[in-house]
Amino acid sequence: MSKKDLGLLILILVVGVVVAVINPRFLLPINLANTSNLIGLFGILSIGQAFVIITGGIELSVGSLVALLGVLFIDMIATRGMAWPLALMLIIVFGGVIGLAHGWLIARLKLQPFVVTLCGLLIYRGVARFYTKDGTAGFAFGQNFPSLEFLTAGRFHGVPNSFIALIVISAVMWVLLHRSVFGRYLYAIGKNEEAAKYSGIHTDRVVIAAYVICGVLTALSAIYFAMYTRSISPASHGQFYELYAIAAAVLGGFSLRGGEGSLVGAVLGTVLLQELQNLVNLLGIPSSLNFAVMGGVILLGVLIDQQWSVFRAQRLVAEAARQQQ
Amino acid sequence: MLKTPVPSGPAEPAPFLALDGIRKTYPGVVALESFSMRVAPGEVIGLVGENGAGKSTLMKILGGIVAPDQGTITVDGAAHERLTVGTSMQAGIAFVHQELNLFDNLDVAANVFLGREPLKGGPLRLVDRAALRAACEPYLKQVGANFPADAPVASLSLAQQQMVEIAKALSMKARLVILDEPTSSLPVAETDKLLDVIAGLKKQGISVIFISHRLHEIQRVAERVLVMRDGALVGRLGKDEISHDAMVKLMIGRALKAREALAPARQPGSVALSARGIRTPAYPHRSVDLDLRRGEILGLAGLVGSGRTELARVLFGIDRRLGGTIALDGPPLALAAAADAVANGIFLVPEDRKATGILLDLPIAQNISLPDLRRHARRFLVSPRSEAGTAEVQKKNLAIKAPSVATLTGTLSGGNQQKVVLGKWLAMKPKVMILDEPTRGIDIGAKAEIYALMRSLADAGVAVLMISSDMEEVIGVSDRIAVMHEGRISGYLDRDDFSQENVLLLAIGKSAGTEAGAAVPAA
Repeated sequence: MSKKDLGLLILILVVGVVVAVINPRFLLPINLANTSNLIGLFGILSIGQAFVIITGGIELSVGSLVALLGVLFIDMIATRGMAWPLALMLIIVFGGVIGLAHGWLIARLKLQPFVVTLCGLLIYRGVARFYTKDGTAGFAFGQNFPSLEFLTAGRFHGVPNSFIALIVISAVMWVLLHRSVFGRYLYAIGKNEEAAKYSGIHTDRVVIAAYVICGVLTALSAIYFAMYTRSISPASHGQFYELYAIAAAVLGGFSLRGGEGSLVGAVLGTVLLQELQNLVNLLGIPSSLNFAVMGGVILLGVLIDQQWSVFRAQRLVAEAARQQQ
Repeated sequence: MLKTPVPSGPAEPAPFLALDGIRKTYPGVVALESFSMRVAPGEVIGLVGENGAGKSTLMKILGGIVAPDQGTITVDGAAHERLTVGTSMQAGIAFVHQELNLFDNLDVAANVFLGREPLKGGPLRLVDRAALRAACEPYLKQVGANFPADAPVASLSLAQQQMVEIAKALSMKARLVILDEPTSSLPVAETDKLLDVIAGLKKQGISVIFISHRLHEIQRVAERVLVMRDGALVGRLGKDEISHDAMVKLMIGRALKAREALAPARQPGSVALSARGIRTPAYPHRSVDLDLRRGEILGLAGLVGSGRTELARVLFGIDRRLGGTIALDGPPLALAAAADAVANGIFLVPEDRKATGILLDLPIAQNISLPDLRRHARRFLVSPRSEAGTAEVQKKNLAIKAPSVATLTGTLSGGNQQKVVLGKWLAMKPKVMILDEPTRGIDIGAKAEIYALMRSLADAGVAVLMISSDMEEVIGVSDRIAVMHEGRISGYLDRDDFSQENVLLLAIGKSAGTEAGAAVPAA
């Protein structure tokens, strides 16, 4: 765990203690379970986003995809009667294909990531609304999928299974990002794509793979979100989720220029964001201020981090100068 | 033919600018030595010299960017120790560089008057577009432009863009316009146009210093020519003395040096890399044939912009070739990406080390392992121990000066960074090693080490292609020299024909001197 991650963890704990002191309900098992469920859902999104951001890209269509894929999933199992494991596989493959398309447009056709995924944001939202005729996709009364519901919205010894899923995915993705050849390529490309290319790396393939990973994880979390809300009105479902994911990655130390950040950071960033949400609710702050609190804290965090590295750089220079004397 | 450098000839009109005894040194190099010149109104002076002859230092001194160590600069009778950017502009000295400094998203008038726009609307400080255009027109007329002041710069040809630069210079009341290699990227028709503009400036009493490697252009427009070599003015040619041969002779300064020390002769091996009819994006209508033999160092010489780097990029698979075939040890190679070249043992040490050679933010070990990461991985997980082991070996063999292999590459000196680039390829099995300006910006000690390294690679049977603009390096290190001129190979030189004169003749598109032996022109 890097120093940056440690700082973030301490911040999370300090905020937690303060909230717990002001409102002890923060520590009630039911509150912790609910919050960790949300951490699980948003955390999976953030990890996907992190893989794209590390290449110096961005994926803005995440929220709309959560709506579109959620609608499709519910439609498949609730109205078309498809077996849920098959539907799950199909949705995940679909997410991967969309990631592939984005990656191809960006890496091969050299379109800007912001533009490609902004168009995705508009397109998928529109298609989702059209697909449901602007209605709501949901389950019929009494329709149950016990094993699917257990895996997505259920709990294991009181711990939400979505949170457990996040832990498992984080572990796998941590190895992929921080220990594998592919992960090293991602960092190299984020730092200097040209130099990576001159080292014989198929940079466009690696970039495309990053978008595919993001698409797959988004699809997975779309299913979790669908099973959590159980009904989806595609006009608003998943709105701004891409921004939550980006914010979590930035809080976790990712640079939007690419090449920097750790997986632990992205997860901790999600934890902090959800903790702040929870804080707004528990401390009786008007929920309309929700976004303002989040934005304020992120800005403050990034500012402190920036100033801290400037300070450290200056100290290094001063030390070097002293040693020379 | 060679006049002794007397400060001023009798026929010259009164000069408004004079340089006397200018000297400028950089650590380890004398860039300019007792340089003197006069500029009179309305004269066109050609300035020629090889890469590194001191032309750019002279330009920087005239532009007020660097201060000379010695000497005086006299402007309109007032002597200065140095010019500043401000005094240079006041003196009416303007530059048009090879790389144009125009904003191609703005129109012509906006570029000419950038930062000096006529305003209206009082405190609103709005740009008065009509006045701007009206103010621009006369200058465009002066340079004979055939485009309006509101034409977007992006829509103009390169020569037209240069006219905009010249118009900009005129609008700042320039008395002396210095054109630095203005024609090097222009097609012939456009070049004619620009030369006409120069003639037009002269008629209006504006002086021009015209720097070019294209001697026939100098011959066409210049009234006198200054030839520089190794930081000194080595010759002045008057109007009737200007000839191609005279300029070349002065540029090389034949019989100046005895023949450079050559590498000992070697028996060349079989052909490793064979390129046929290669066309690169830089010169789509020229093609290159090149055979690179095992165990030889082939020096690739030529002037800047002759297409050498582009050829290297194509051979390494970074750029797609527009045509031609590349074969390695017989069978042809697809080379769709650098990864294909790397997989086949063709490696490139690129010209721009910081942008493309290494990742400055990564430790030495991770830079060295990057192209061969799969070998350092068990299943698909990278083994840092294996990486560090390989890096340690390279660090030791190449004598990379760094605290450890975990040191960030960006903190190393240029020479050590270059060794890291070399190390990443040496850790693999090179068959063909392409080095683009491998010793640029590197201190002398590290240079010698890199030469020795190239030699030991060749001795081990690697085919080495060394691109270099350093004449002595090319002659001293190569077993054979190929010279490029405007996108094609203008000739090969074998050891017996190695001379600066022959390299330079081929570099400017002539065939090598006959007295030095037969040079084989490319097919």
